[in-house]
Amino acid sequence: MRTATEFWNILKRQQVTFFAGVPCSLLEGVIHAALADPQVTYIPAVREDVALGIASAAHVSGGRGGILLQNSGLGNVVNPLTSFNLLYRIPVLMVVSWRGYGGRDAPEHLIMGEKTPALLEMLEIPYAVLAAERLEENLAWAITTMEQTQRPVAVILRQGVIA
Amino acid sequence: MTRHEALQRILARLTPDDLALFTTGMISREAFNIRDRAENFYMLGSMGLLSSLGLGLALQQRSRTIWVVEGDGSVLMSLGTLSLIATCQPSNFIHIVLDNEAYESTGGQPTITSTLDLAPLAQSAGYALVRRVTDMAALEAALGAAQAAKALAFILAKVTGRAPEGLGRVSLTPEAITQRFAQVLTHAAAQTRNTAAAPAGPR
Repeated sequence: MRTATEFWNILKRQQVTFFAGVPCSLLEGVIHAALADPQVTYIPAVREDVALGIASAAHVSGGRGGILLQNSGLGNVVNPLTSFNLLYRIPVLMVVSWRGYGGRDAPEHLIMGEKTPALLEMLEIPYAVLAAERLEENLAWAITTMEQTQRPVAVILRQGVIA
Repeated sequence: MTRHEALQRILARLTPDDLALFTTGMISREAFNIRDRAENFYMLGSMGLLSSLGLGLALQQRSRTIWVVEGDGSVLMSLGTLSLIATCQPSNFIHIVLDNEAYESTGGQPTITSTLDLAPLAQSAGYALVRRVTDMAALEAALGAAQAAKALAFILAKVTGRAPEGLGRVSLTPEAITQRFAQVLTHAAAQTRNTAAAPAGPR
């Protein structure tokens, strides 16, 4: 298990500090740490697509933006991903919590929990499932892949990886 | 007041540094054909997303004025964003809604703004300056007030008229729109960082 502070320190070193998002209980610590950190901007978006629109401003401004969302909100970003970010080549780091992982969760999370990797694959969004012992490596890969592909890249956060 | 006239007036009022974002459909096409400029951004798809991008830009580009020009259909799709923009209260954001009470790009189907007035919504969300205009003189006055106010502004312009016959599409590729726009922003940022550097030539 890693701390939210460690997570943000890695992203700050990678200069990814402009975020918008919609909360998830798995992202509770991460969002609280962002709100407490003056070096990180976190806009509480009203929907996941709104978060994506906001964060996209970082790339055209020469920086790097990210969004925080629960996987249940992936459906809300399919339209902007396909007709904006992928089309306009605007990379954004997508930090997606994985409810319903392994089929053990509240019923409303089970279908999207099962479909999450397939949905990202269908959209050709490169992704990595974060591992506590490989957090630096996972996030470095994500940033490099954003730069190389000019596509949004997702990192998936399961319970128990970041406190 | 036709939408075309309103767009002409809005485009004429932009100062060189202003970033102007135009929504999906006819508004982007008309703006592109009236006065294309590198500081313009055209949202070809993703109806409703424009104001979110505008908010992000307003937060990233504090020294520039961001103009978001969208239609009633587009703003109805993202009413939540209206509240978020007002909560963030960027003082460099001018939000213009060209309200023709219809989805014109898809054949003129009615929206719900013949009975729903968007101006009080913006007012209650917390926009600092709200104007509802129905003629060119009032639009001109509202644009002037918004530019002078340096405060979050919302202008609802009730417009009529169809797009001109044979109006062309935005001829830039989406990727080119991004690259051109990003070049404007990163070039300006580089100049700010190194004021002693000689000005770069045209690209």
